[in-house]
Amino acid sequence: MLEVEGVSARYGEATALDGASLTVGEGEVVTLVGRNGAGKTTLLRCLMGLHRPAAGRIVLAGRDITGLAAHRRARLGLGYVPDDRGIYAGLSVEENLTLPPVAAGSAWPLARVYEAFPVLAARRRFPGGRLSGGEQQMLALARVLRAGARVLLCDEPTEGLAPVAVRQIGEILRGAKEHGVSVLLVEQNLRFATTVADRHYLLAQGRVVEALDNRDVKQREDELLAHLGL
Amino acid sequence: MTSFLQQLFNGLVSGSFYALLALGLAVIFGMLRVVNFAHGALYMLGAFGAVVLGDSAGLGFWWALLLVPAALAVAGMAMERLLVQRLTALDPLYNFLLTFGIALVCQDLLRMKYGSHSQPYDHAPFSGTVDLGLFDYPAYQVFVLAVSVAVCVAVWLLLTRTRIGTVVRASTERPELTRAFGIDTRRWVTPVFGFGVALAGLAGVLAAPMRAVNSDMGADLIITVFAVVVIGGLGSVFGSVIAGFAIGMLQALGNLYVPVLSQTSVYLLMAVVLLVRPAGLFGKEEHA
Repeated sequence: MLEVEGVSARYGEATALDGASLTVGEGEVVTLVGRNGAGKTTLLRCLMGLHRPAAGRIVLAGRDITGLAAHRRARLGLGYVPDDRGIYAGLSVEENLTLPPVAAGSAWPLARVYEAFPVLAARRRFPGGRLSGGEQQMLALARVLRAGARVLLCDEPTEGLAPVAVRQIGEILRGAKEHGVSVLLVEQNLRFATTVADRHYLLAQGRVVEALDNRDVKQREDELLAHLGL
Repeated sequence: MTSFLQQLFNGLVSGSFYALLALGLAVIFGMLRVVNFAHGALYMLGAFGAVVLGDSAGLGFWWALLLVPAALAVAGMAMERLLVQRLTALDPLYNFLLTFGIALVCQDLLRMKYGSHSQPYDHAPFSGTVDLGLFDYPAYQVFVLAVSVAVCVAVWLLLTRTRIGTVVRASTERPELTRAFGIDTRRWVTPVFGFGVALAGLAGVLAAPMRAVNSDMGADLIITVFAVVVIGGLGSVFGSVIAGFAIGMLQALGNLYVPVLSQTSVYLLMAVVLLVRPAGLFGKEEHA
């Protein structure tokens, strides 16, 4: 569904990505782990079209999107959940939800979103800035699902959330996967990662250095946590 | 008491101009992150547009009110497409210089043609006064206040009740993110710039029957309007309008009670606001 080949990116003189490659299959949840500064957020930004890669190729559903503008990528089914959740504080919950134009036939009707997320239905007229962290994260995910995203790019959706909210996020991601949605998930919480993901990539100094399955992650948890500096 | 209320009303009328101009600046800044230094000159062009339409085409005030903002909207869109847009990727200073330069060129061209003395405008739509209960007040000034309030409310409704408004507010708050959600924000930039310029033109036409129409009228006014925008919060539409009317009244009351401070009061207020709330009264800290 998503193929990333040798993507490099720089901020001025600093190299953030140095030829990162990975793939995400249809209906697959894949996490990207790595310590701070490894290039995880930059990779998602390159995939979304918000940062121009210096080299490499990005293919979405068989189509090369490397040079495509961000808004066109969104319309092809890329759904972005940025690390700060990307909630518009000045827009109501419903405006936040309905802002992205519907990209594909798999889009959720608003009624279904509200059925799946009763909290959002109850707060639909609230400004997005007044939601709790967990509610904002739910809104961020609901927003891209409503738009019909086929591949979600989620940047640390569980960061700073209470355990209840983390469980809810897990359920949402598993539910999306059941509907054939692919997810590339930046995640530092390895326990959580193994409950939602099929595979994992370890990113270090801008490169994918290892591909791991759930068993690897569980067996080498201590070693990985030490590497991540957690 | 009557003189107090009368002065307050004077303040609301000058606030009407501040609010319209600040509104245009806020909408433009929000969408483009460009501070349009040509805004005062465009206001002046609006007033001159009314004078020229009246003198050479024999078209009166109502025609001017319709045609001049429309023509300036087109000119504004051309200015955005041909000039401003080329510089938006660069340091914001380049667009400061560009729009400031455009303002100077407009002013000097009109000074060459009309000199620096004021042009008479004799197509005022109505004269006389209306009885406001406690005092009589010039009818035209009441009209200006009503138009300004109506336009500000209409823009507010447009921004909060329509799809275009949602897109503009989203782009104002998080331009980059809005693109990542499938919205081609650039498509909206040119019309929004044209709209902001049209508001300046509208203010100019409204000014023609009651203010001195000369090449300096925009430069004199715009400095206060920039203070208004800073006090209200850069990019905050609501803040600009509220601050526009509030500062009009503040100046008017200053005139009445502390004449020495009437001109400086705005800048004192601006300094205090910047110390206490650097993003302005209704502004938000910028997101990355």
